[in-house]
Amino acid sequence: MTRLAGWGRTPAAQSSVVAPSSEEEVAELLARGPLCVRGLGRSYGDAAQLAGGTVAELTGLDEIGPVDEAGVVTLGAGASIDALLASVLPEGWFVPVTPGTRQVTMGGAVAADVHGKNHHRDGSFASHVESLRLATPRGVFDVSPEADPDLFWATLGGMGLTGVVTRVRLRLLRVESDVVLVDTDRFDDLDGVMAAMVEGDERHRYSVAWVDCTAAGSRTGRAVLTRGDHAPAGAEPPRAPRTGRLGVPFVAPPGLLNRLSVRAFNEAWFRRAPRHAVEEPHSLGAFFHPLDGVADWNRLYGPRGFVQYQFVVPENAGETVRAVIERLARSGLVSFLAVLKRFGAGDPGHLSFPMAGWTLALDLPVGAETLPDELDALDELVLDAGGRVYLAKDARLDPAKVAAMYPRLEEWRAVRARVDPEGVLTSDLARRLHLVGR
Amino acid sequence: MENAFGQPQSVVVLGGTSDIARAIVRKLCAARAETVVLAGRDPAGLAEAAREAEEYGATRTEVLTFDAEDPASAETTVAGAFERAGGPVDLVIVAVGALGDQSEFEDDPAEAVRMVTVNMTWPVAALTAVRTRLLAQGHGRILVLTSVAAVRVRRSMYLYAGAKAGLDRLCQGMSDSLVGTGVRLQLVRPGFVRTKMTSGQKEAPFTTGPNEVAEYVVRALSTDDPVVWSPPVLRYLFVVVRHLPAAIWRRVADL
Ligand SMILES: Cc1cc2nc3c(=O)[nH]c(=O)nc-3n(C[C@H](O)[C@H](O)[C@H](O)COP(=O)(O)OP(=O)(O)OC[C@H]3O[C@@H](n4cnc5c(N)ncnc54)[C@H](O)[C@@H]3O)c2cc1C
Repeated sequence: MTRLAGWGRTPAAQSSVVAPSSEEEVAELLARGPLCVRGLGRSYGDAAQLAGGTVAELTGLDEIGPVDEAGVVTLGAGASIDALLASVLPEGWFVPVTPGTRQVTMGGAVAADVHGKNHHRDGSFASHVESLRLATPRGVFDVSPEADPDLFWATLGGMGLTGVVTRVRLRLLRVESDVVLVDTDRFDDLDGVMAAMVEGDERHRYSVAWVDCTAAGSRTGRAVLTRGDHAPAGAEPPRAPRTGRLGVPFVAPPGLLNRLSVRAFNEAWFRRAPRHAVEEPHSLGAFFHPLDGVADWNRLYGPRGFVQYQFVVPENAGETVRAVIERLARSGLVSFLAVLKRFGAGDPGHLSFPMAGWTLALDLPVGAETLPDELDALDELVLDAGGRVYLAKDARLDPAKVAAMYPRLEEWRAVRARVDPEGVLTSDLARRLHLVGR
Repeated sequence: MENAFGQPQSVVVLGGTSDIARAIVRKLCAARAETVVLAGRDPAGLAEAAREAEEYGATRTEVLTFDAEDPASAETTVAGAFERAGGPVDLVIVAVGALGDQSEFEDDPAEAVRMVTVNMTWPVAALTAVRTRLLAQGHGRILVLTSVAAVRVRRSMYLYAGAKAGLDRLCQGMSDSLVGTGVRLQLVRPGFVRTKMTSGQKEAPFTTGPNEVAEYVVRALSTDDPVVWSPPVLRYLFVVVRHLPAAIWRRVADL
């Protein structure tokens, strides 16, 4: 038995971990009984663990094929974005969508239908998947938006519960350099940054804002907006030094990231950002995956771990974003790095998270007495606005609210029942939220 | 499954009519608990506690009876409770115990055995069965109610407190045996609590009601603290109490 937890390091569970190295081995595992699939464990909660059960770690299926003329690459579901970039970036290809870390697998990116800073323009991961190979208890299928669209869309965002993705055909993005030209703007309040995003996001491929949820009073919601585009060939190289890898000591003492240190960090971060800068060259790594430079930063939160609360509300519900930030500032709960992003339209994935509107992600250390109830209250605000929370980040949602947040849950269950009638595929997340039977 | 804050969805209570256990269950049901299995001696009391759990949000309750004077029943009771839970059990609360007025029975060896059996032997037998099941589940929590009386045993209730002390120390070792397994055992050491068990007794300093104990317990579920004191200040008071010279302790213990 091996102890597994999500990136937030909350409820750890013992599972027996197996590492299949072929599709046949995956099929054998599916025939044996309840199974949970795991990639690199970068989901924050309990999506990739199964207490007392078997967890198949797919990182062994990591072959990366050549890129064809159309920019399509076929790769194993266990290949990471990190490995993919190492292989294709020198040839001028980039991933079409990347989360805030490169340490995620193709399978994990499909299962969560991940989004990046370019969602407003390019949609989520699903929009760039040509097809995938899915091993289910009812057989192995090649699925695509054309061949079995129901199963394809149930799988994109399906949190590993419709089958084991073994292979992915992904369309890459052509880039001329490994530099991103970045515009930075500082705003003293939330209205300012949101207006700027509505007005100007379309002019940039990438856009994301960092919001200070610790600042009190009139400065609540002050923000730094960064927007970027791939630089053309021959662009000036980045000036900023590359971030080295700093390790975090074994487990930080609880409270190292406390109210004061988070406030101080946020203050420094805000002040360091230029009020207005245009087309500054940044390296791809510094722009897309700044936290990857700090090894094991999740340990900074101490042994109790932390939760990431990420929600989305429709475009017209910007007020909810404000209400959430104000509530948090008042409650004294502090979030290190709150990230605000404007999504473009969602895709047909039954359980896919993004929808046109605003998404905010907050990192909150476990331990504050009021946190559980406070987050339940935020869920109400989000639901009232017609929004939802992101399952890949969740570790605490009330199961009674899932169907309201994901109205196509029943439809999804019906598709799943076709390929997994006995309920072989499961996870602690699935059991906790009653996505599948207990 | 429990969530990031240690809030359980399914709970088994051994000693389901205990006032403190009921207060904890109310809070858990108001949070995420859906399935509650209550085991105890008194069917009417269990039915009442089950009804209360439902009132507070449980969607499924089950009850079963056992006799804590019969340690041989512990294993079947635990097996029955887990079966009735119908899935993984996130939290087991062990709240079995009997107090009584020791002066009425302290000369009777049979009564002494009964006190040790109910307060220690049966709970230890049950915990042994619970531990194995939770380890197989790969996750789960155990809360064991002992008492500050177990920290330093006093003359007026040495049978109760001594047996609880045995349970308390044994659980410290059991708790250590579980580190890194995904299963956790936390001891709850309340001070004097106003309950039906203590009715008629003289109240001690820092007396609380069951709801306050429950509050501290539920809060502690999101921590790794091996011992939950209620109220928390008793942790410090008992550092002193533990080291009082015997002569002084005899004088102050039963004031
Ligand atoms: C620092 C950081 C930043 C992040 N930023 C973003 C972001 O900007 N946008 C975003 O969308 N997400 C973001 N995430 C979340 C992350 O992208 C997702 O949780 C992703 O699913 C993790 O991939 P993984 O390989 O680690 O999968 P795991 O965490 O191991 O698993 C996640 C889910 O995928 C399923 N799964 C894994 N492999 C397979 C497979 N082969 N077949 C079927 N199912 C499978 C699992 O069962 C589980 O349900 C971030 C995470 C971190 C730690």
